[in-house]
Amino acid sequence: MSSRETILARVRAATRDAAGTPEPAVPRDYLRVHGDRSPAESVDLLAENLADYRALVHRTDTGGLPGLLARLFAERGTRTLLVPDGLPPAWTAAVDADRVPDRAASTARELDAVDSVLTGCALAVAETGTLVLDAGPGQGRRRITLIPDHHVCVVRVPEQVVDSLPQAMERLDPARPLTWISGPSATSDIELDRVEGVHGPRTLEVVLATV
Amino acid sequence: MTGAREGERARAPRTFLGMPRTRPAAFPQAAVAATEDATLRGNLTHATHTIRGKRAAAVAELPDWDRLRAAGAAIKDDTLRHLDRYLEQLEAAVTAAGGHVHWAVDAAEANAIVTRLVRETGADEVVKVKSMATQEIGLNEALAEAGIRAYETDLAELIVQLGDDLPSHILVPAIHKNRGEIRDIFRDRMADWGRPAPAGLGDRPAELAEAARLHLREKFLGAKVAVSGANFMVAESGTMVVLESEGNGRMCLTLPETLISVVGIEKVVPTWRDLEVFLQLLPRSSTAERMNPYTSTWSGPAEDDGPRDFHLVLLDNGRTDTLSDQVGRQALRCIRCSACLNVCPVYERAGGHAYGSAYPGPIGAILTPQLRGTASALDASLPYASTLCGACYEVCPVAIDIPEVLVHLRTRVAEGGTYTVRGTKAVIKPAKGHAAERAAMRAARWTMDRPRAYGAALRATTGTRRLHPRRLPGPGKAWSATRDLPPVPQEPFRAWWRRTRGAGS
Repeated sequence: MSSRETILARVRAATRDAAGTPEPAVPRDYLRVHGDRSPAESVDLLAENLADYRALVHRTDTGGLPGLLARLFAERGTRTLLVPDGLPPAWTAAVDADRVPDRAASTARELDAVDSVLTGCALAVAETGTLVLDAGPGQGRRRITLIPDHHVCVVRVPEQVVDSLPQAMERLDPARPLTWISGPSATSDIELDRVEGVHGPRTLEVVLATV
Repeated sequence: MTGAREGERARAPRTFLGMPRTRPAAFPQAAVAATEDATLRGNLTHATHTIRGKRAAAVAELPDWDRLRAAGAAIKDDTLRHLDRYLEQLEAAVTAAGGHVHWAVDAAEANAIVTRLVRETGADEVVKVKSMATQEIGLNEALAEAGIRAYETDLAELIVQLGDDLPSHILVPAIHKNRGEIRDIFRDRMADWGRPAPAGLGDRPAELAEAARLHLREKFLGAKVAVSGANFMVAESGTMVVLESEGNGRMCLTLPETLISVVGIEKVVPTWRDLEVFLQLLPRSSTAERMNPYTSTWSGPAEDDGPRDFHLVLLDNGRTDTLSDQVGRQALRCIRCSACLNVCPVYERAGGHAYGSAYPGPIGAILTPQLRGTASALDASLPYASTLCGACYEVCPVAIDIPEVLVHLRTRVAEGGTYTVRGTKAVIKPAKGHAAERAAMRAARWTMDRPRAYGAALRATTGTRRLHPRRLPGPGKAWSATRDLPPVPQEPFRAWWRRTRGAGS
């Protein structure tokens, strides 16, 4: 008997007592959303929770976005900027830095030499202050938001903002590789106290752009 | 080259399982040493108290916490009830997504599978994401025996590995070390494993985190093979889910060419939607955060993004034995948050090493004796490593009634019985050392079944009350050494009632 068959046979023997007993239902009476908010209030909550976990939050509109991004990368001293496919070219029109494309052939060491990365996202969750990237257009491969030390993420508000995790799960496709980001890299491993900045980008800037 | 290999083998990580070099001490003896270590107790008290208040605040933000908890428990119970079906569904989904599924009955088989998979890549080192399952099976030691070096990349695991130490907490394996001790380990040991610690390293947590970042970066950027666990596996979509904080998980899950995930069979959940419950329960219970900094999910290898080869090793190693116990199986709901450790008065004083397994604290006290059986003195002592205060049950996000299982396992130890061991029904003999307890219980049962004898016994007890010792002699000595014997009243209740009809004495 293969190990697969052995394990499955053991499981069936172990759960034999349940056969014939009524099937218990999973209670789904937990809340779909915690609180009743307008779209603008959800964006405010997202901003508050992002900032609470040490993300730097900026707000602008379509017209102000290129100028704001140019300023953020200038202040950071960014000389090389990773830009994934599908990012609206207008966003980076005013940025003064060398563009690095997201290519499968790039090595991790090459990406390690890049100063900053700019992406969009698939959605953001207000109640937890979370950005979700699904490797779609304007987001790139998972590693590009990991290796550079500075990540700027643009969230189109309010339409990319959901309130809660139940709402987020409905909109996400499990077939895509997902990265959920809640603030910059952190650890609680020294005396169970939170410290920001370990292996992922130590600076996370989030631009909430009304479009 | 051979010499270097031997040197590495000599530094192979210590392990709880596999082949212990010495017979592990039973919990009470191990705890004596721990409670006499003032630094250890100070470190544990500081860390557990820090997290307790934060967890309570994070949980209080959600008014529907109890309903989420009930849903989490129910989802896990449904999973366990139909585990065969969900595992087959998971296997089909992972395979359809381009992954390879392997099944391991025990630790030895899992270690052999991983070793073979690593060898097939030609690599002689792997980077690792913190994983309880690979701790449980002693994977690092097995890889070292095969000449493969495993680098732990979680900060706390790194501290443990560099210090040639053992983990003592599920979430924070180096919780028993304070910042000064961590600084010393980094300064003294980092150079043996790769990039040395920066000169003049201080003990601020931010400096220590920076030292770990620099030390591990070269490992990540050159890694060909990674080994991980998973917090959840979704049966319907074949999706793996890993929650983490530092980004070491993302490094391991996306940079190497080959990814091997070793996951216990009970980690499966039926649907994608079920994650909406667990992604609310786990971070708040674990690190007291609304959400942990990074969560990665993947369903098989992604095209041109991350590892080209994905292997899932499904691990039994005692889980089906646990599943066969109708009371004990609830331990398999565990999502490894470690909230029960952080509130436990026994864990806070004894520390994690005394529990002698990868799973310390209250959950370890019910999980380890079920996964490994109660044959050794250590494993038989674990169900007694508790005051039954119930704080662990209160905080458990999937409502595992740990005190209930502890009492159930004490019965197993004291009285023996028929249990499933490695898939086969076996008669377990009562443990030695509980003979007096069994004799006393048998005598009590006989007497209480016979009203006349019971009445006579009560009269004899009250009649001799002035002669009772303050400490029990013989086998009862250990019991009364830490407890006062209950005072015996002047007359039995029945006699008092006959005399007064409840009108007072």
